[in-house]
Amino acid sequence: MVRSRTLGTRMADGTILFFLLLVSLSSLFPIVHNLAVSMSKPSLAEAGLITVFPQGFNLDAYAKIIDDSKFFHAFWVSVQRVAAVTVLSFFITVMMAYPLSKLKKEFYMRNIYMWLFIFCMMFHGGLIPGYLVIKQMGLMNSFLVLVLPSLVNIFNVILVLNYFRSIPRELEESANMDGAGPWYMLFQIYIPLSLPVLATTTLFLMVGVWNEFMTGMIFITNDKLIPLQTYMQQIVVNIDPTLTDLEQIKKLAKLSNKTLTAAKIFVSMLPILIVYPMLQKYFISGIMLGSVKE
Amino acid sequence: MKRHWTSQLHYNLMVLPGLVLVLLFSVWPMFGIILAFKHYIPTKGFFGSPWVGLENYDVLFKSPIGAQLFVNTVSIALMKMAFGFVVPIVFALLLNEVRIRWYKRSVQTIVYLPHFLSWVLIAGIIRDMFAMNGIFNRLVTSLGMEPILFLGSNFWFRTILITSDVWKEFGFGAIIYLAALTAINPSLYEAAEMDGATRLQKLRYITLPGITTTIVLVATLSLQGVLNANFDQIFNLYNPLVYDSSDVIDTYVFRAGLREGQFEVATAIGLMKSVISLVLIVTTYKLASKYANYRIF
Repeated sequence: MVRSRTLGTRMADGTILFFLLLVSLSSLFPIVHNLAVSMSKPSLAEAGLITVFPQGFNLDAYAKIIDDSKFFHAFWVSVQRVAAVTVLSFFITVMMAYPLSKLKKEFYMRNIYMWLFIFCMMFHGGLIPGYLVIKQMGLMNSFLVLVLPSLVNIFNVILVLNYFRSIPRELEESANMDGAGPWYMLFQIYIPLSLPVLATTTLFLMVGVWNEFMTGMIFITNDKLIPLQTYMQQIVVNIDPTLTDLEQIKKLAKLSNKTLTAAKIFVSMLPILIVYPMLQKYFISGIMLGSVKE
Repeated sequence: MKRHWTSQLHYNLMVLPGLVLVLLFSVWPMFGIILAFKHYIPTKGFFGSPWVGLENYDVLFKSPIGAQLFVNTVSIALMKMAFGFVVPIVFALLLNEVRIRWYKRSVQTIVYLPHFLSWVLIAGIIRDMFAMNGIFNRLVTSLGMEPILFLGSNFWFRTILITSDVWKEFGFGAIIYLAALTAINPSLYEAAEMDGATRLQKLRYITLPGITTTIVLVATLSLQGVLNANFDQIFNLYNPLVYDSSDVIDTYVFRAGLREGQFEVATAIGLMKSVISLVLIVTTYKLASKYANYRIF
């Protein structure tokens, strides 16, 4: 490699490095810009004077959030939702994946279940039938609607069952000799051996549930149960980008508040930013699990 | 043999919670699709409401709205697919040329991040950046031009949709190529260097053939998304001024069904989309398993 480094290749290398630097900066820019706005003096932010550094640095917007009980309540609802979905979904997923990883001669119903689940993964009743069914069940304005419909993710079940299949069968056979039943097998042998794939699916599920806003928007009208992204959606859509009348913009600017909204956006991203390093460790292997199999 | 039957019982018990949830939240709504051919009377439910034949499809086929929704959906989706297909490949190939490990890692860490942020929050930032008093209009005015109503203009709005979609997803989309690139045998490059191959020749004869299968696979599977213009993104960015260019099937179904209460029409359109999507999924999956040896299970 070193031998062939001429001036030409070095210049090409330099250009690539520089270009990738620009690409990375463009990926970060909106997030950094938002952070800068949130820490600036409101009047300067309203005038659109912020680029990547805060102007008139202050943390007033963050201080205001602390007093905003509606925001924190929504944040807390989302935390509870993610916790409930994560725990329940973990058990439901492994419990589905284990029997379905068996051959048909070991679990007679396997293929029937499998076809049903795959069909449900590919075909949906659509928004309205789903809405009417949940309404009929009486789940409107209940915490359960934020949890129950998100629990089964067939794609995750398939990822986990594929992984279970890669575990040597001899392990199961010898444990069987010792009298281990299916539950012991699953919880004492399969799960401990499948931590990488379980971490991947769990982290992806957590991010997905944290980011989801539709359920809250459609089924929750009670302020006490609004999840964070739904609450943020209401705030964000209130910034009307089509206003041209300057007087109106100024009037609205007093009501809505660019710096405060920016601060709320940043705080809502924070949980993702915190789990991101962990996520990054797993998602590369995770994404590959879904692709080419022998 | 008794042992065998008890494990059947336990296997069924294990599947049971998931099965119940699937029956409640996936299968039951599937019966609701008959609303597409009915006049819905809430007190009579899905099955008791009277049939109306194909009347609910009139909006779609007899008014100009239907054609426009279809054109908007497909053209936005296709543009996103095209750019979202090319950019990750180019990015992965460029990153593959970088030999400085920490630099490569840092770039990767940064560009994957936007994928994990929700469209609600990203839309909040975009709305702010493209507002009349936002950073882009400061740039525009500093060039001596009148500020532009970006999010209220049919031309700019679509451009913003496509650019922001590519911006958010290209890094994540590149992962699969980067993985395929690491699988190329390094001795191929060494041999090529011995023979005096240039950088472009190595790209042309080793790197690209090495990831062709992956490229074909990704292209095939992406065809499933022809009717998915991305509800989350459009819904959080659009407004009545840009309905002409950017109202898509999903946003229309949402407004007609849940805002205006036209359950039957919304169900009818949604059903058509579900059926076409099912056909696309099955077809692309068949193609992918035939040509790229792709299996999900």
